[in-house]
Amino acid sequence: MSALREALDAGRFVVTGEIAPPLGTDLTAMRTSVETFAPVCDAVNVTDNQGATLHLSSLAASRVVLEMGVEPIFQQTCRDRNRLALQSDLLAAWTLGLRNLLVVTGDDPRGGDHPEAKGVFDLDSTQLAQVAAGFNDGHDMKDRPLKGATDFFIGAAMFPEAEPWDVQRARIEEKIAAGVRFFQTQAVFDPDNLVRAVEVAHAHGAKVIAGILILRSERAIRFINERLAGLMVPEHVASRIIGAEDQVRAAVELAIEQAMWMREIADGVHIMPLGLDAAVPEIVREAGLR
Amino acid sequence: MIVTRPRDWALVRAQLADLHAKRVFIMGCGQCATVTETGGEKEVLAAKARLEQEGVEVTGWSIGEVACHASGQRLEVRKHFGEFSSADAVLVLACGAGVQTTADVTDKPVTPGLDSLFLGTVVRHGVFEERCQMCGECVLDRTAGICPVTTCPKGLLNGPCGGMWNGMCEVLRDRECVHVRIRERLAAQGRAVSAVPLPPKDHSKKLKPGSIDMRAGRKKSRHGGA
Ligand code: SF4
Ligand code: SF4
Repeated sequence: MSALREALDAGRFVVTGEIAPPLGTDLTAMRTSVETFAPVCDAVNVTDNQGATLHLSSLAASRVVLEMGVEPIFQQTCRDRNRLALQSDLLAAWTLGLRNLLVVTGDDPRGGDHPEAKGVFDLDSTQLAQVAAGFNDGHDMKDRPLKGATDFFIGAAMFPEAEPWDVQRARIEEKIAAGVRFFQTQAVFDPDNLVRAVEVAHAHGAKVIAGILILRSERAIRFINERLAGLMVPEHVASRIIGAEDQVRAAVELAIEQAMWMREIADGVHIMPLGLDAAVPEIVREAGLR
Repeated sequence: MIVTRPRDWALVRAQLADLHAKRVFIMGCGQCATVTETGGEKEVLAAKARLEQEGVEVTGWSIGEVACHASGQRLEVRKHFGEFSSADAVLVLACGAGVQTTADVTDKPVTPGLDSLFLGTVVRHGVFEERCQMCGECVLDRTAGICPVTTCPKGLLNGPCGGMWNGMCEVLRDRECVHVRIRERLAAQGRAVSAVPLPPKDHSKKLKPGSIDMRAGRKKSRHGGA
């Protein structure tokens, strides 16, 4: 059973971190990140060729995280695999001991490091959630019984800040109907936006882990606004970091504040450190989450 | 409308050189390539003038009424029998189907003068947008007449994806997100903004290669319909 699910079900406020597997086979840096997060996180997301750039597979890296005694959240994107490969990797994930699954669409290859690649998108994230829910019920996409079912804790992404909200709300409801039990959000800067998202999810019994991006520098903010599709850092937030003498400090303080108000609204926080892993334990502790 | 674009002229010349073509017949198309101004009379005559200027003899030219119509093209070849016979190669200014249809009805080597891009709409003169990938199982009944297979850059049946921002697409940022448009049009028409996601596409419905006999279709077609 997923410890993340247990914690959320018990009403404990959870903390999740995020690591990107290496481009290569040297796991040293990845292990260091995991060790940094371990004392303060309930689980760690392991990204799947994030930003459509090549990395070691999430499947293998998630298993490494598990062997280190930390619970991974295995991310699976729809971009790189057709439904045969997705299903077979889901079975692999379960047999490797991975209990948490985050289904995401995936960024378009045109924005990644292999822009010539074919974006597969044979399934979309809602359909993939349905497939995983079917696996939990013991059958594959063709309704054939599995020899041994899964019991994934199925999660999906959501974007509380994005308009139009009716469309986003419908998406949340559709994903929950498809079998999603928890959401991890993109970065949220406005508490009201988090409130509206949590209301929808809670009305249908799903949990929300709110996203915090550590905006470590002006460069990082510009990168996010330009490259990470759709994620716009509001002016008043950006200027607070950009105007600071010590931008890293300002970013950490901002993250602590965010974690504190998120605690009043959501079921957990998901910290995306943008390389500033070392700050994660401080943020968690200063916000009083551990 | 099949939208085509002229190939680079140097490439066309290299293709003809590969065929050792000193005498060339040029075939255009009276349908799509005429509308897209890539293989109509004007473009065929321009290609003729250019070839002649560069020392290639043009034995003749014609605009197939529908270059992708086998019996029509057979007739065209017959009409221009002498001009075909004396040519070393045929340059076809039509879509890939038009090129192949022409190649099927003559013994002469045939070479394409255009690249075929997509099946689309003439948004206005000279501006074309892809609208259908001919997936074999249309979902337009559920999507307010907007095709997500074709017009969402990721081809997602259900969306928007996580990168949509203020109604705009994360991949092509100067365009509206197709899934927002679909839901808004459904809502404007008072139709349910569906809570039932579209099921995964049945890719076996897109025949590869496509082939259908409509006459046999009255009995049973290979396209799945009866
Ligand atoms: S759903 Fe398929 S057939 Fe219908 S418009 Fe789109 S690609 Fe064409
Ligand atoms: S933003 Fe909308 S149109 Fe663009 S890729 Fe995502 S779902 Fe498709």
